[in-house]
Amino acid sequence: MTAPAIEVSGLTKRFGDFTAVESVSFEVAAGEVFGLLGPNGAGKSTIIRMLCGILLPSGGEGRVGGHSVSREPEAVRARIGYMSQRFSLYLDLTAEENLEFYGGIYGVAPERLRARMEWAVEMTGLRGQLMRLAGELPAGWRQRLALCCALLHEPEVVFLDEPTAGVDPISRRRFWDVIYDLATAGVTSLVTTHYMDEAERCDRLALIYDGRLIALDRPQEMKAAPRAEVVVEVECDDPGRALAALGEAPDVRHARLHGARLHAHVARSEQAPARVREALAGAGVRCSRASIVEPTMEDVFVSLVREAEEQR
Amino acid sequence: MSAGRLLALADKEMRHLLRDPRSLGVALLLPVVLLVLYGYAINFDLKQIPLAVYDPDRSRESRDLVESLTRGEHFRLAAVLAGPGEAEAALQRRQVKVALILPEKFAADLAAGRATSVQTLVSGADSLTASISLSYLEAMLQDWWVRRGPAASGGSLEFRRVSPQVRIWYNEDLASVNFIIPGLVVVILMMLAALLTSQTVVREREQGTIEGLVVSPVTGSEVVLGKLLPYVGVALADVALVAAAGALLFHVPMRGDALLLLALTLVYLCAALGAGMLISVHTGSQQVAFMLAFVGTLLPTILLTGFVFPVSSMPKALQMMVQLHPATHFMVIVRAVALKGVGLGVLWPRALALAALAAALLGASIKGFKKTL
Repeated sequence: MTAPAIEVSGLTKRFGDFTAVESVSFEVAAGEVFGLLGPNGAGKSTIIRMLCGILLPSGGEGRVGGHSVSREPEAVRARIGYMSQRFSLYLDLTAEENLEFYGGIYGVAPERLRARMEWAVEMTGLRGQLMRLAGELPAGWRQRLALCCALLHEPEVVFLDEPTAGVDPISRRRFWDVIYDLATAGVTSLVTTHYMDEAERCDRLALIYDGRLIALDRPQEMKAAPRAEVVVEVECDDPGRALAALGEAPDVRHARLHGARLHAHVARSEQAPARVREALAGAGVRCSRASIVEPTMEDVFVSLVREAEEQR
Repeated sequence: MSAGRLLALADKEMRHLLRDPRSLGVALLLPVVLLVLYGYAINFDLKQIPLAVYDPDRSRESRDLVESLTRGEHFRLAAVLAGPGEAEAALQRRQVKVALILPEKFAADLAAGRATSVQTLVSGADSLTASISLSYLEAMLQDWWVRRGPAASGGSLEFRRVSPQVRIWYNEDLASVNFIIPGLVVVILMMLAALLTSQTVVREREQGTIEGLVVSPVTGSEVVLGKLLPYVGVALADVALVAAAGALLFHVPMRGDALLLLALTLVYLCAALGAGMLISVHTGSQQVAFMLAFVGTLLPTILLTGFVFPVSSMPKALQMMVQLHPATHFMVIVRAVALKGVGLGVLWPRALALAALAAALLGASIKGFKKTL
């Protein structure tokens, strides 16, 4: 068993009176794709920024590749790649110039840099576009270019902070292909996201809410874990009215639109679908189907967040 | 510090500059434009000063005196007065700036070797013009007196002045352009260099690209020095253009060692670029950095470094403070080398102070560039 690529224990960040990250602990194995899922402002980016040495932790410790981020930041920096939510590309430079610059500041030797740039071109599909200014590239390509810049020096660990925000689905899929390729090659990825489908692609997932880690598991197991409530999926003729009716029903803890359907979180019971039907009938909504379904990632997320809120 | 990383940063910064030809053009042309504009505007040499004359004597001598005064480029005869009382009115109407009132027996007194006096009235509304006019007039009257020859001189020529609140505050030994232009170059370079670097770090902070630098292995000194290099090149190009303009348009002499001056200019540029870098490292927006670099360099450099007002006439405490301004030292150096031909033997304390300030400003910038945000 090799040492974990990332070890986080009791990591805390305070900005004045505000605690952005509160005593978060987890470990990520080498070659793992680890996701941080949470709403905006939950503290995901703050965790990543502390692990990259951009922010100093207020407490606890982070270790990357066995080196402490607060005591040996230079050793950490040489081993990591970082791609931020805001583009770290220079928009007035060409794609090629951006690659050359990042290769230069990471001290990649010229011959090696040629080979890596060839790889980058292959990966991004930027062949023939290298002379275009980064600012002129479509968002999807720009994103992949930024990823290349973060990977030129062949880091052991890559931190990807909302890497696919605002990117088209095809680019997103290509992006994840790259992350899996990296994992196969032994590169560890820590990815933040608020896309549920992306969260499910991770090997393991940490749910971050209000600066705290509220769940940590494989996505499948997270969904399969027994909970105090079940999800009832409802198909009906007037989802808007149905939503209002379920909001007032005593047994229904939470209801929201899920595509054209409704997902209602109801206390675990065989009668859960019946309760939902009753509530809807009372409001005069005709319901064609109401049945217990396996929770989606989003359902799990909503349940866990509510549980966390109730505990406070 | 790694040379490779430093060069990667310098190369990138150079590309930013070349990618934005308009800003680069402004950076290169602005100093020359400013120099020409202010070089002609800030001129303490007066020409064609309007002069009124009352000459009751109407002798050959008196006409000769007036003629010799107005023959040159400094005075022009703007009014011939019918009586001494008209002088005040002419001054008040601003028809003339100087009035000359000759005595009735001017020629006779001179011939007899008696003391005679010429009354000069100067409008003191503009004290600078008044004092300069007066000093011209004094010199020209004396010149006329001397040129009449010792044989003719029995009497003495004295003149009374009526000139309220006149202070001589400019050294008339030098043509003012020779004094002004080198000083103006010092001021312009300070402002321009500080403006150049003031944007460089803060722009990365504003656009978020600074995170890419922070997580990389680059050090603060690599960032600061790497970013500095291309701007040293730009600033040196400015120096060449400004020096050419000074020599060709204003005929400012170069009496000293040009290479020495160039070397010290380089040190001065590093200090000024360092000041801009320090601003850039510590500000959060490009606008604030721009305003700080602009206001923070321009006024203090004009007012406090001896450009116009000599440092030696400032209060002692202020004199000590202005030693911390690189331009105070470079002002002395430029004028001494260009105009007096002075070398390092005399100027070494100034050169040393300049180098220390440059090192301090760049050092503070490096220290200020934090690897955490």
